[in-house]
Amino acid sequence: MFQTLSFVPAAAIGSELLAPIKAAAQDVASYRPAFFNDADWRFLIAFVDRLIPHDDVGPGAVEAGVPVFIDLQMATNYGHGGLWYMQAPFVQAAPELGYQLNLTPRQLYAAGIPAADQAIRAAHGKSFTDLDVATKDQILADMEAGKFDIGDTPPAKTLFGFLLQNTHEGYFADPAYGGNINMAAWDMIGFPGARGDYLEWVDQYGKPYPYKPTSIEAEG
Amino acid sequence: MPDIIRKHADAVIIGSGWTGMIMAKELTEAGLKVVVLERGPARDTYPDGAYPKTMDELAFIQRSKLFQDMSKDTVTIRHGLNDVAVPYRQIGAFKPPTGLGGAGLHWSGQHWRVLPEELQLRSHYEQRYGKKFIPADMTIADWGVTYDELEPHYTFAEQVFGTSGHAYRVNNQIVGNGDGNVFEANRSAPFPLPAMKNTYSAMIYWKACQENGLHPFSQPSANASLPYTNPYGCQMGPCTFCGFCSGYACFNYSKASPNVNILPALRLSPNFELRTDSTVTKINLDGTGKRATGVTYIDAQGQTNTQPADLVIAGTFAYNNAHLLLVSGIGTPYDPQTGQGVVGKNLVYQTMSTIQAFFEPGKFSNPFIGAGGNSVTVDDYNGDNFDHGPLGFVGGGPVWCNQAGTKPIGGIPVPAGTPGWGSAWKKAVADSYVNTVSFDIEGSNMAYRQCYLSLDPTYKNWLGQPLLRFTFDWQDNDIKMSRYITGKMTDVAKSMNPKSTKVLVKNFGDHFDTRPYQTTHLAGGTIMGTNPRQSVVNKYLQSWDVSNLFLLGASVFAQGLGYNPTGTVAALAYWSAKAIREQYLKNPGALVQA
Repeated sequence: MFQTLSFVPAAAIGSELLAPIKAAAQDVASYRPAFFNDADWRFLIAFVDRLIPHDDVGPGAVEAGVPVFIDLQMATNYGHGGLWYMQAPFVQAAPELGYQLNLTPRQLYAAGIPAADQAIRAAHGKSFTDLDVATKDQILADMEAGKFDIGDTPPAKTLFGFLLQNTHEGYFADPAYGGNINMAAWDMIGFPGARGDYLEWVDQYGKPYPYKPTSIEAEG
Repeated sequence: MPDIIRKHADAVIIGSGWTGMIMAKELTEAGLKVVVLERGPARDTYPDGAYPKTMDELAFIQRSKLFQDMSKDTVTIRHGLNDVAVPYRQIGAFKPPTGLGGAGLHWSGQHWRVLPEELQLRSHYEQRYGKKFIPADMTIADWGVTYDELEPHYTFAEQVFGTSGHAYRVNNQIVGNGDGNVFEANRSAPFPLPAMKNTYSAMIYWKACQENGLHPFSQPSANASLPYTNPYGCQMGPCTFCGFCSGYACFNYSKASPNVNILPALRLSPNFELRTDSTVTKINLDGTGKRATGVTYIDAQGQTNTQPADLVIAGTFAYNNAHLLLVSGIGTPYDPQTGQGVVGKNLVYQTMSTIQAFFEPGKFSNPFIGAGGNSVTVDDYNGDNFDHGPLGFVGGGPVWCNQAGTKPIGGIPVPAGTPGWGSAWKKAVADSYVNTVSFDIEGSNMAYRQCYLSLDPTYKNWLGQPLLRFTFDWQDNDIKMSRYITGKMTDVAKSMNPKSTKVLVKNFGDHFDTRPYQTTHLAGGTIMGTNPRQSVVNKYLQSWDVSNLFLLGASVFAQGLGYNPTGTVAALAYWSAKAIREQYLKNPGALVQA
């Protein structure tokens, strides 16, 4: 993105970025989730849209395909909790000692999203998806701070943490996993992805790297 | 099915990381029939590090492709003696290895020699600062081996690893332009390869360090700066600074690993046999309890095997040597109340802090360009290179600008006060990613009476064995050290004239946080030393209790180092192998009389 900004007039940037954004947004709109039910899918889209909103700086989470990424991850060993030690007993401990819930990511989202939406309806009379942006952002801030009660299975702070981590993953992971559509998030920050050879660039101090990013699935 | 009794081996080696492979090479050269048992799968550059699939942050880091399968085995952790430990359920603060090559396959490549005084830490501090200087609960000790004894083995390990670097003093002569590390001990040989190129960030750091009166140098790196063939005939290719080192297998054959630098030669030996997916559950003893008869392990089919051997070598990852001894009933478990016993004593880690300098867009520090061992470093605050007398703490650490290749999911630095999400966060990552210079203090962690390893009373691994339990927390001495050096280095960051700086350092009273990644450099638990009342192994890494058992790896460190452990782990393995080849095999028995 910096490279682009350096050489392209500002007026041209908007239209250049908008074309892929529209195509990507349609991808999410037409995608049929395998794991999330309709209500949870709408919540997920609305939520990640506030975690990384669309603006002039770069893609939002939705147009980057983050919801698709998260849905696909639910089918993996990770989604099933297979990467974690999940033997009982599960006891509460100091937060510094890490995750101690008896919930896989699938179980955490399946329980956590309806619990959050129910608590939001009770507090605001509307589903999360129907709230205005300012109210949505206040709910996110309260969940992050552990100040919004959705019960303990999982607590709001834990659900928020998973949504934020999985959103960062979907936004910045290789596009092979369904997110980071068109590598637009990499373009925004200037990460070249799987280029793999910078030997001639190590000592070109202070110069922008000129090549576009590439994926592990790039051809040719 | 009945248990399988395997054919007798001269030596059985547990673990196929650096230490296991070094010892296997040495013992097969000596003519011994060697069986290596590795709990994890077979791994190699192809397919595990093949381009482009290896350049996948999500798969390798967040989904821990090469790390230990935590669903089968982990440790439990508690902060204090009166707490109940809970499992380390997800990989966070440290990344336990498994599989062929161990952590040596997915390490960074920072390759250090120890500072000589670290090996006599207690005597050195007592002599220079007085006995009262060392806090009462600090159980630091001398290792029982000296730098001069290890020096030839550091030299050979550098030649095997193809280490790139700039020597300062060779055979007591200052070499080059004196631009190596002025604090480095004397060497018998220069590095086999010249130092790597420095990144822009590292050169900005170099200049700022000089302006502050410090002594920057290009750090030794086991990422090859040029094509190289090591003494075993194993070949390396030059590093392309792809930035995918720690957590990954190198696609270029540039990063030293047991898989690239030893195994191709070892496989040619008819004396060598490797069995992967073979988890050792116990070191077996004869009726006297003084002699190991071999090991018991579970193979990939779930079958129980017995491997008889004359010599048992445990080269498991750091703390797992203590687990093996505890479940095998070898040695006296350490008791933190009485200070008696030795197995599990002196669990140590490292005290990390980080300083980030943020610049306006247009700086182009390009942090995706990097290599794990590539760094500009200062040692002015490491070891006892500075006067601790007026400061009132023990320890120190190197400070480096180690641009190892910053990947976007793992955390792009953002200025202090940036929200964790929303448009403001996005603007900050877009502005910061290629315009930040970040550097770290890898502080030491001393050993304490109350920080140790034992068996957990509740949780079990997939084979029904008790998990290893860490009792560990930060102590004021190390926080004091970390905050002092971090304060000094914050001035260095300001010399860079950044837009802003951010300092990430522990506060007094902070507890060990197992969630964010810090470092995988755990050590201790089966420490070496000068007498069996205070150590598990003697100066040759031989068990005081069972003379045909040797323990290799960072588990023998008497206390933590500021430096990364691998260089010393490798030198100690060669040192131990020499003792076995030249002394033990001629006259099996205790090499040091208790």
